[in-house]
Amino acid sequence: MNMMTAPIQGAYRITLASEVDRDGWRDHARRLLQAGIAPEQVTWTVEGRREAGELDLSPSAIFPEQGSDPIAPPVRISKTLLSLINTALLHSNEDRFDLAYRILYRAQSIPGLHRNPADPDMLKLNRHAKAIRRDIHKMHAFVRFRKIGDSAGREQFVAWFEPDHHITQAVAPFFRNRFTGMDWLIVTPGASIAWDGQKLSVGPGGCKDDVPQEDVIEAEWRTYYANIFNPARVKIGAMKSEMPMKYWKNLPEAELIPSLLEQAGTRVEAMVARGQEDMLFEDRMDKPAANLPTSLDQLYTLLEQQTDAPMEKFSDRLVRGIGPDHADLMIIGEQPGDQEDREGRPFVGPAGQLLDRVFEETGIDRQQTFLTNAVKRFKYTQRGKRRLHETPNVGEINYYRWWIEQEIRLVDPRLVVALGATAARSLTGKPVKISRHRGEILSGADGRSILITVHPSYLLRIPDEQGRQVEYAKFVRDLQLANQFVRQERTSR
Amino acid sequence: MSKISRSDKLAILADAAKYDASCASSGSVKRNSAKSGGIGSTGGMGICHSYAPDGRCISLLKILMTNYCMFDCLYCINRSSSNVRRAAFTVQEIVDLTLDFYKRNYIEGLFLSSGIIRSPDYTMEQLVEVARRLREVHKFGGYIHLKTIPEADPELLRQAGQYADRLSINIELPDDESIARLAPEKDGKLIRRTMDNLGKKVREAKAERKSSRKAPLFAPGGHSTQMIIGADASDDAKILTTSNGLYGSYGLKRVYYSAFSPIPDASSNLPVQAPPLLREHRLYQADWLLRFYGFSVAEIMEGGSAGQLDLTIDPKLAWALQNRAGFPVNINLADKESLLRIPGLGGKGVGKILQARRFTALRLADLERICQSVKKILPFITTADWHPGKQLDSLNLYDRLKPPPEQLSLFGA
Repeated sequence: MNMMTAPIQGAYRITLASEVDRDGWRDHARRLLQAGIAPEQVTWTVEGRREAGELDLSPSAIFPEQGSDPIAPPVRISKTLLSLINTALLHSNEDRFDLAYRILYRAQSIPGLHRNPADPDMLKLNRHAKAIRRDIHKMHAFVRFRKIGDSAGREQFVAWFEPDHHITQAVAPFFRNRFTGMDWLIVTPGASIAWDGQKLSVGPGGCKDDVPQEDVIEAEWRTYYANIFNPARVKIGAMKSEMPMKYWKNLPEAELIPSLLEQAGTRVEAMVARGQEDMLFEDRMDKPAANLPTSLDQLYTLLEQQTDAPMEKFSDRLVRGIGPDHADLMIIGEQPGDQEDREGRPFVGPAGQLLDRVFEETGIDRQQTFLTNAVKRFKYTQRGKRRLHETPNVGEINYYRWWIEQEIRLVDPRLVVALGATAARSLTGKPVKISRHRGEILSGADGRSILITVHPSYLLRIPDEQGRQVEYAKFVRDLQLANQFVRQERTSR
Repeated sequence: MSKISRSDKLAILADAAKYDASCASSGSVKRNSAKSGGIGSTGGMGICHSYAPDGRCISLLKILMTNYCMFDCLYCINRSSSNVRRAAFTVQEIVDLTLDFYKRNYIEGLFLSSGIIRSPDYTMEQLVEVARRLREVHKFGGYIHLKTIPEADPELLRQAGQYADRLSINIELPDDESIARLAPEKDGKLIRRTMDNLGKKVREAKAERKSSRKAPLFAPGGHSTQMIIGADASDDAKILTTSNGLYGSYGLKRVYYSAFSPIPDASSNLPVQAPPLLREHRLYQADWLLRFYGFSVAEIMEGGSAGQLDLTIDPKLAWALQNRAGFPVNINLADKESLLRIPGLGGKGVGKILQARRFTALRLADLERICQSVKKILPFITTADWHPGKQLDSLNLYDRLKPPPEQLSLFGA
């Protein structure tokens, strides 16, 4: 930097009042120019910079503070150049005052200099001005007000912002014209600006702790941000170039970005896969196996990470299926119950115990059977200390359909038994009348064998003993058929 | 049914609105609250207050009033046969939410759209009421964009234009036959008629404002439309011809292209695949060539094949490679129209060249200082110290100029 070199003979040192003392620069520049002083002979600095570590280059002459030569030629400067300089002077670069004076000096002998974008000085000035315009634009965009209360019928807001350049005062009119109807204060490290409905005021800079750290509306803003994002169109580069990461720390919505990105890929695959599955039921096409989970463990982990799963009234706990990774018989129930949710395993409650009894009677080996549920979480209503089972609705069943489909694909059983209407709906995508379809092996959409029967909890709910026995016998018959079928399949292949 | 919170509704109704591509808040009148003492201002340029990880700007609070809908448009997530969660805002909830967000400087304004409930007129009345309350009760000076329902009463359209900065009607699909097939309750002819009516009102109001400053405003930010890409079989030539017609006939500010996204619970009559983002991008580039670079649809399509744009390279480069006889162009002598046709050179670069060459005969070093990237344009230009020689005739020019393949990746970080 030229400040590091010793001042040449007769050099002038101009000390401006502050980093934003554009008026001071203009006054001095005019008088220097009228006296014909070349830019090489002038060094510009700002009050207080020496304390900040700038080298002291004194002694240097102090240019006359007042008055100008009445017969000196008038200074000529085009409006365009003046406004460009005015903008560029807000830059944080320390030699901006020198650059601006050099251009002003050269412009006296090169008319139209400012119209030459290829001139190296103009190039630099234009870059400075562009950086300022961008900084101002980003401040307009990224200031986030937080409400601190009401006073005399006016709402009061405060914001913290960290601009790159000395722009805080320059943006004040914008915020006054936009937020006229409320009181506000914007604090930056260099300065603060405030509006009280009557006048704008400028104060000293501050720090982040001067501003409240939360506003109730921010939760809704984050909700909006997360939901307006389309996971099918991730373009991180575009986001970062327009909203550089340096701003993220002061944007309440930015903390969501990492998790949104993490989930985006899986969310899209799930949507595409769900769509393909829908078509399967109609055309029985083979689906491409790109990026599908390759193990049950991976499948459940992925499912646990989904943030769009229905959660209202549901327990957080995901109850995984249980059984050998590849089983000949797979049994799908409705959803985990209270006890299953507590233990994290399917079919351990009353219905599970009934099922165990039927297994024994029909000769089905529970250890060789894969047991799971159509909906993977417990839906309930709290009644005092009890959690009452609540039937999942169609949307909730549909949400888990793709996952069930993947589960079946991975276990690859010879027969799938659907217990009850929820499991049947989950497999077919349609409401199913169990009495019409039970008792026979059906062929599923992808050619897989399916048996539909009632859920054991249905048997537990039948009030009269006789009815219960009739239904129990039918249920045993269905599972006998299942066991028989699996054995036949095993030997025939 | 249990009552759901404003936040839950917001989640559902923002999610439902994200398939609308437009978020522009620019091009309206300049307005501020200094006199009214209210809240809100608009400048010439809109402000993007945030960016989502999809790279799209968040400028407006973009929501649906409700995603309940009587219509069953197959490409739409809110169609009546879809299984999505449904919710509806009240008029006052939207007004409050807009003001809450605006006062914290999250947004430039509101972009409000809606599913059709009860009747097109009823729905449109509610949309207009939101805008009226914001403007008249709360002295709101921010940006308002209302999605207009073509089937609604023209009088409601007139009222909407009084309060809104911009109105839009979705053309939905490139031709009437596709509309009839995929959006059975909609009528392409009616959409065009309403668009025509809207265009006339915008033009008339603008003309009246010229003769009298007191003449009432009508959608001073103009009107726009959106077309879904990839839901039907229309090729790029068809899409661009439709856009060109729309710009010419109805004075539209913008045609937005929206790549059909896989949507939850998609209809099985639609292609299920990742959205054709690159195709959408090329269509936007071609759209730009139509509006600002003096290209015709036929010229743009010279660079493609079988009615589709080249996805590998941008449409201007594709056109130039088919028309090499017109190159190289002399940077120091060529007129503006010819400069604009140089691949890799945009409107701003051309402006700077025209300015700078008044001072000196431009050399490569000068160009490097004022253009984004000289490398791309080198084969197509001559300067005081540069001639591309025979490379323009070389057969592998296409391969040398195409972008490296990783740029095409959808999930590239």
